[in-house]
Amino acid sequence: MQIGITTFSNRKQSLHQSLLAGLASAFALLFFLMIFLANPTPGRAIPAFARKYGLPCSACHEAWPMLNTFGQTFKDNGYQLMNDRDSPIWQNPSYWPVTFRMTPNWHRESTSQVAIDTPNGGQIPEEVTNNGFDLSGLDFHTGGTLYKNYSFYLLPSSDATGAFHFETVMARLDNLGNSPWFNFKLGKFELDNIISEKRILTLSNNGGYYQLYHYIPLGDSNVFGQMGDNQLGIELMGHSLDDRTRYSVALVSSNDGNVNLPNKDSYATFMAVSQAFDAGYQGGVDRVGAYAFIGNAPTYTLNSSGVPVTAIGNKPFNREGIFALVYIKKLDFSLFYQHGWDSAYFGTSTPSNAALPTGAAAPSWNGGFVEAHYVVNPQLIFIQRDEFVRMSQEALPTTPGNFGNINAYTFAFRYYPFMFSRAGFAYHAEYAIVQEKGAAPITFTQLSNSSVFLGFDFDF
Amino acid sequence: MRTRMIQYRLILSVVAVLVLGIAGRAQQTEFSEQHRLNMESHVGNMTGHATTGAPIYKRFCIGCHGELGDGAGENAQWIDPKPRNFTIAIFRCRSTPTGTLPTDTDLYDTVGRGMLNSNMPPWRPLQDQDRVDLVAYVKHFSPRWVTEKPGTPIVIPPEPPVTADRIKAGRVLFQKLECWKCHGVTGRGNGPSAPTLTDDENRPILPFNFHDSQRFKCGSTDAAMYKDFMTGLDGSPMPSFADNVKPDEAWELVMYLRTLQPDNTLEKQIAKQLGLTPIDPNEPLPDNSPAPSAPAQQPSANPASPTKSNNSGY
Repeated sequence: MQIGITTFSNRKQSLHQSLLAGLASAFALLFFLMIFLANPTPGRAIPAFARKYGLPCSACHEAWPMLNTFGQTFKDNGYQLMNDRDSPIWQNPSYWPVTFRMTPNWHRESTSQVAIDTPNGGQIPEEVTNNGFDLSGLDFHTGGTLYKNYSFYLLPSSDATGAFHFETVMARLDNLGNSPWFNFKLGKFELDNIISEKRILTLSNNGGYYQLYHYIPLGDSNVFGQMGDNQLGIELMGHSLDDRTRYSVALVSSNDGNVNLPNKDSYATFMAVSQAFDAGYQGGVDRVGAYAFIGNAPTYTLNSSGVPVTAIGNKPFNREGIFALVYIKKLDFSLFYQHGWDSAYFGTSTPSNAALPTGAAAPSWNGGFVEAHYVVNPQLIFIQRDEFVRMSQEALPTTPGNFGNINAYTFAFRYYPFMFSRAGFAYHAEYAIVQEKGAAPITFTQLSNSSVFLGFDFDF
Repeated sequence: MRTRMIQYRLILSVVAVLVLGIAGRAQQTEFSEQHRLNMESHVGNMTGHATTGAPIYKRFCIGCHGELGDGAGENAQWIDPKPRNFTIAIFRCRSTPTGTLPTDTDLYDTVGRGMLNSNMPPWRPLQDQDRVDLVAYVKHFSPRWVTEKPGTPIVIPPEPPVTADRIKAGRVLFQKLECWKCHGVTGRGNGPSAPTLTDDENRPILPFNFHDSQRFKCGSTDAAMYKDFMTGLDGSPMPSFADNVKPDEAWELVMYLRTLQPDNTLEKQIAKQLGLTPIDPNEPLPDNSPAPSAPAQQPSANPASPTKSNNSGY
């Protein structure tokens, strides 16, 4: 009888799943039909810039929001085309450089092992899957020139619930001494990552970021070495006239971009150099470069009545590596390698005023990714990314050597049904899976997280 | 009845001739367009192909210059000055005499340099090959490139040393050639004729303001300015002075115009030492030699189509 009930329950569950699967399939089918039946118009990111200059999005973006070489040059020139028409005085007074971007979507998130409470007070690992319609966060981009060679960028950004923070706030002085080699910015800004995570073409919970830009080994407490997070500081950047040769040096507070001086005497430096060249294949300008993110950050806080008043006990960390952009006609690759190292105090989450556990060592790792883009035309792009992280040194001798190793795979495409200088719209479809060794709760085996994401990505 | 049959046949014949004529013309136009897609460009040892340039044009240029290359892209209505109309193949920045087609290198350089004081940015960041392919595609828009050859580039003699005498002579030329009528006595583009100037499409056009930038319309070097005098800026009221001034005089004018620009150049330092003041149109000319006459402010035109200009500073 028990078996019978189970069977009926299973059948009901199965029926329910079939129904859901059917609905999901129907939705997916509808999504794709909309893409291909929608009336495409001849094709063109931040529409505020496109509107100012009358250029199609495709002039600056390989596929928005990812920049192409011309867009990178525009950005490096302080959002100027350098045709002596950049100052706002040339704009109609009613021009207001604001763009918002948001992505209503349907997505499915699956985690292979979640610690689920049981009635007896214990926990068991169970796979959890959620799906449904949802919203992305909202970005309000505003930026551009204040005057010739004076520019700004302001980006209030919210999560899906509408809670806002300042993602970017900075002002720039460009072409100091009439030289493109000296440009200066102050504020909160994206580190000079040529492979920009802020302009990533993938959006899902598991595919919408680069693992290595945020990688923290299991058990490590260093949240300050995330080169994908916007940081507070100053940056000196320079480039050749054609932007083929670039360098940047930034001094940032090691507070992961958080305001109100949470730390004492903790700073980091991000440096990047790169050189572009024509390898002989058309499609884009190839580039190779190197970067280093070196700093110190606090390991514990001083509290007053239980409330942190400052973070101290600085210990060092560093991330360094190389990157490349390679174009072969319609196919291009973004290649990235990183070696990371954290102090043993971070690795073992030990305050610097306490003794390290026996045998503790500074954790280190190596990793990289290859992101391929096939640009059918400015309106259709296919994206595939393979990422890996391999621990080369665990912080504790008792930790298995592969704990924290990551494999991540992402597949996506974006189709822009129209392209012009006023607004942008993209049908976005994506699947991403991230597998991390030893991250599963309770069992300490591999944890897998996957996402399916279908959405309308628009900006205006 | 028979008369009516004849009438029907006549009407049918006329309709057939008209339809065939239109279809034939359409086919001819399409054939011509297809034929011109074989257009090539040659810059250095690079060869550009219009067919390869087409997708590059669509990515970067179509918004302003339009699908047909007629300068009527969707953003053209908001742009001042208006984008270049490639179908008439008249270009300002050339190394070739007025009225002739530019060389491929001229167009390649313009794409890379952009056009000062216009929405045309410097496309220097693009790959060299992309720019050469774009040139071929730009050329395919006009049949002139099939029937005419580019002009022979003018010879630019070496620039003589900058001296006080040459700068003073350039100042005299600025008066004699009546440059001030458009560019103003101080070179700010506010001469008495400035408000009346229009381009060939009757759009108002502003003369170049030398105080705005260290660059000129077609480049930043002294040679670029020399070239502008001698070739004229076709498609604008700026004429060619090739028949009116000698090479030495053109260099003297270049040196004087450098004194009007914002940067602290050698010419400017010398002008300061000389206490050089703006010209006075009523001031008698310092010698009695016949003044070189200023050419009419009507750019030489392609005989097949009158010269057109847009309303940027020239």
